Amino acid sequence: MTGNAPRVKVATVHVGTGHAMWAVVRRDLRSSFRQRQDLLNPLLFFFMVVTLFPLGVSPEVSFLQQAGTGILWVAALLSTLLSLDHLYRHDFDDGTLEQMVLQPQPLFLLVLAKSLAHWLLTGLPLVVLAPVLGVMLHLEGNSIAVLCLTLLIGTPVLSLIGAIGAALTLGLKAGGVLLSLLIIPLYIPVLIFGTGTVAAATEGAPVQGYLALMAAFLVLALTLAPFAAASALRISLSNS
Amino acid sequence: MMAFDSLSAFWAMEGHGPYVWVCYGAFVLFLSGLALWSRSRRNAVLREQRRLLRLEEAGAPAQAPAAASFSRIHPS
Amino acid sequence: MWTLFHKFGSPKWFYGMANKLMPWLLVLGVGLLVAGLVWGLAFAPKDYLQGNSYRIIFIHVPSAFLAQSVYIMMAVAALVTLVWRMKLADLFVRSVAPVGAVLTFLALFTGAVWGKPTWGTWWIWDARLTSMLILLFLYFGVIVLGSAISDDKGSARAVAVLILVGVVNIPIIKYSVEWWNTLHQPATFKLTEKPSMPPEMWVPLLLSVLGLYLWFGWLACYRMQTEILWRERRTRWVRDLVQEGGH
Repeated sequence: MTGNAPRVKVATVHVGTGHAMWAVVRRDLRSSFRQRQDLLNPLLFFFMVVTLFPLGVSPEVSFLQQAGTGILWVAALLSTLLSLDHLYRHDFDDGTLEQMVLQPQPLFLLVLAKSLAHWLLTGLPLVVLAPVLGVMLHLEGNSIAVLCLTLLIGTPVLSLIGAIGAALTLGLKAGGVLLSLLIIPLYIPVLIFGTGTVAAATEGAPVQGYLALMAAFLVLALTLAPFAAASALRISLSNS
Repeated sequence: MMAFDSLSAFWAMEGHGPYVWVCYGAFVLFLSGLALWSRSRRNAVLREQRRLLRLEEAGAPAQAPAAASFSRIHPS
Repeated sequence: MWTLFHKFGSPKWFYGMANKLMPWLLVLGVGLLVAGLVWGLAFAPKDYLQGNSYRIIFIHVPSAFLAQSVYIMMAVAALVTLVWRMKLADLFVRSVAPVGAVLTFLALFTGAVWGKPTWGTWWIWDARLTSMLILLFLYFGVIVLGSAISDDKGSARAVAVLILVGVVNIPIIKYSVEWWNTLHQPATFKLTEKPSMPPEMWVPLLLSVLGLYLWFGWLACYRMQTEILWRERRTRWVRDLVQEGGH
């Protein structure tokens, strides 16, 4: 009777890391499409902030051409900051984040996947909207092209660094404002080089060097930021 | 030896006096401010701890006193 | 080796050590500082370009050096916190962050006031001042995050991550701001150029810098002792210390 109990084979499914990452990206994309406001808010904010400058300062072509690049970059930066708050918050609120931390796959890769999703939903739309706003600010075609290129390289960096701040301030009361306070100093180099590259292009100087430098920022952020964000996530989850 | 001929020349610093003295003044002010603030923090910590120790000795619990005492509620 | 490490990490050991070091740090620090400042104010010769306003350098440079060094020290402490979980490291960060912020502010303030007679303007967006301003923001971030998290251990680790992320960014920020400055500044008029300073100028400067470092050491020890008295308040040795009227 004790003897031969049927031996049950326990099926173990090994989920590859790539699969896990792709699952995270797909999930974030799908849930954002279901709740459109997280998607649209940053874009609308971007649009409206840019509109404030001709209204508040001057609609003159000379001013807008000079200040336009900076206005667009600053507005893109602020929109990204706005959208970072909900990077982890929804998952934190419903407990999914804790599950993610417990996964066998390395957390930093899952964090990278989330940042990718965030960029696809926030940064990329900004890059797509930028030419329209560039035309509204009377920027030249060449400048607009280089601007979009700098935004394309720069916005992922903003998403990656922002993820660190979002992880650090997760669950804190004044989280949103604190996030801005922590992250803006770290955004300044990206801003400087983003706008500086376009300034160089407007003057006719070659921009490959500057773009390469921005690409170097991106590579640095890709390799280091997910680790920092993953540590910060673990710390925040153990605090709450 | 001295770079200035007189005390009034030292004060005026050939017109740069206000700038130099404001800076030196700010330096002394802020650093002493830091030291004084640190001392007042130390005193606050010590005061609080002595208060807690006194409460303990008096037999009261070391934590903040209970908001309500349920032992006086009788079921009947 | 680990017992040695453990001993150095013990708050009680540090408290005693600090008591021994502090008088020396204070006396030497203030002494050197006063010597350097008096020398710089009254005895150093006038600068041939800037006149007497350059004397602000004896305040500005020590503040700026220390403001940056303190952040680096905090970064080392942050690493120790994350890797070895040493309590003392976090106490150091907590004690020293406001001091670093005040020093950064002083560097900015004196830099700005120095700018008025030199360039005719109260504030100038030059590379050095702008980098200092960003450093001030980094300090504020550390202070605010530290006070926003209520759990001691958790806040220690979160702040440590923030500091390390900041320290990696500092060279990037410096480089970016310097590059940005060359774009927008037609005339490069460096505030503290490194010309050949005669010994009558750099010796008092050195004295002031050393003095300020030592005084900072004293203040850091004092503030860390206060934190220890609070954090370790339930231990026997602190209770005895407080009761016998420890000051």
